[in-house]
Amino acid sequence: MTAVTAPASHTGRLRWALADGLTLIGREISRIRQEPGELIAALIFPAVMVVLFGYVFGSAISVPGGGNYREYLMPGLFAMVTFTGTLAVTMRVATDASRGVMDRFRSMPMARSAVPFGQTGAEILNGVLGMVIMAGAGLLVGWRAHNGIWQTAEAFLLLALMRYALSWAGCYLGLVVKNEQTADQLIPLVFPITMLSNSFVPTGGMPRVLQVIADWNPVSALTAACRDLFGNPGAPTGDAAWPVAHPVAATLGWALVLLAVFVPLSVRTYRRRGR
Amino acid sequence: MTDEPIVVAEALRKRFGDTRALDGLDLAVPAGTVCGVLGPNGAGKTTAVRILATLADADSGHARIAGHDVARRPDQVRARIGLAGQYAAVDEKLTGRGNLRMFGRLYHLPRREARRRADELLERFGLMDAADRQVAGYSGGMRRRLDLIASLILRPQVLFLDEPTTGLDPRSRGEIWDAIRGLVAEGTTVLLTTQYLDEADRLADDIAVIDHGRVIATGTPDELKASIGDRLDVVLDDPAMAGAAADLLHTLTGAYPVLDGDRLSVPLTPGTLRLADAVRELDRAGVTAGDVGLRRPTLDEVFLRLTATRTDTPDTGAVDTGAVETTGAGRRKETVR
Repeated sequence: MTAVTAPASHTGRLRWALADGLTLIGREISRIRQEPGELIAALIFPAVMVVLFGYVFGSAISVPGGGNYREYLMPGLFAMVTFTGTLAVTMRVATDASRGVMDRFRSMPMARSAVPFGQTGAEILNGVLGMVIMAGAGLLVGWRAHNGIWQTAEAFLLLALMRYALSWAGCYLGLVVKNEQTADQLIPLVFPITMLSNSFVPTGGMPRVLQVIADWNPVSALTAACRDLFGNPGAPTGDAAWPVAHPVAATLGWALVLLAVFVPLSVRTYRRRGR
Repeated sequence: MTDEPIVVAEALRKRFGDTRALDGLDLAVPAGTVCGVLGPNGAGKTTAVRILATLADADSGHARIAGHDVARRPDQVRARIGLAGQYAAVDEKLTGRGNLRMFGRLYHLPRREARRRADELLERFGLMDAADRQVAGYSGGMRRRLDLIASLILRPQVLFLDEPTTGLDPRSRGEIWDAIRGLVAEGTTVLLTTQYLDEADRLADDIAVIDHGRVIATGTPDELKASIGDRLDVVLDDPAMAGAAADLLHTLTGAYPVLDGDRLSVPLTPGTLRLADAVRELDRAGVTAGDVGLRRPTLDEVFLRLTATRTDTPDTGAVDTGAVETTGAGRRKETVR
């Protein structure tokens, strides 16, 4: 077999990076095929949340401006699973780092950026599956998108973009913690972050400090954007904080900032040798 | 290409904080040979392998694989090396075949070629029956074999094996050894780090003993053993005679014998004492011995002697090797190759 050496040209290198990224996405598909139970467990969780929040808490919460709480809730749950998905990437990257799989990748003539791009690309797959299940559960409990196909599509694209941007943050975190146990311990921390927002309850009743935090929490912007685009109740009132009043712009902004920070950081951390 | 050794390290230095992991390491491995790198834990073995395999950068010094500088042309190096052992692994959630196909694709083999190569390697290394099982269910030995063959996909010119059999049962170790011998027979150059000296003894053409980040001795296993000389072992019938026998052996050899149970052992300077003379002198002194024999030192003894001299142990060789007797007692080494 002839030695495979990296192409010298830029386009050749890009082709390699793309091919490697696709191979790693294929790896994720194989893993799902090997352990479908894990995926099912991950997908059941959001459905359980729909029932739990929709019927248990929903019975006691009134929606500002009126409306069905489950219609109010669904955008919040879409946003929540978008954020909790972050740590799945952290977990996978940290596992690769601690088990030595990442060192094998590093010792191979692969494109240096392929591993972070592949890991985050694989997350899109999980994200789409999660959204489908979530939407199905929502439809079952009476949630509807009221604004037609384009705005609905826009909402899902926004969720997908945010998920992708967050997966880069998750990837970086995985490269930094480097072991599964630590990554595992981070999971409970994500919940308070998603709860401290407008996703389950209106922020108006929170103490002032928490309200400010909640309004500027990207989870809130994403939730508000989805409510807006799906035509679900809970639209912000006139004096709402800027990110909640301009939720689509704010969400795009958050996503771009996350990408601008964590793409170079992850790629650099992956490349950095001699730890 | 010139006659330069295929693996060359020159004055490699690497610090981690205050620790000097490598302190001017030199290494040269001729193509087609097996170089065993031995050293106590923390001696710098793994750091050296990581630098040579482009996983880490040296602070200073140079290293070349097949003429390509590891720091400047890592891609050229990566296309020519395989890495297995402690620090390289496979995806436990995939099947054995799935792993090899994935790595084949990541080595940029065409899809069909990646499949063919995966099957070929699974067949050759006896993993075909387990090919479609998840790696998580593999035994330790099977996992190591898969790990090893994942590094062979591109037929590397140089194979780095970092403690490839640590933690394996004897049978699995034997299987890994057979696999390594097969590769060497085909011309692969192997750089092997190991804690098991018998592993180095069986596999390595040359050995580099490293300690505190530098090479303190090199040579073939036989050269290293010869460098500390043979030993004379006397198994006493009557342990009460130990004192008299020890005095006699000291007089005959000038060295201090070590007593381990009923066995007296003394290092010999080459050519100073013939076995027959020793037997006759013992007999004359009235010492009855069940067994008197010349023994080649084990590599363990060589290793302990070499590494002990760097840490402050008392002067005489007898004290150093005294510790050895409890570990490598009386084992006669045979060379396999």
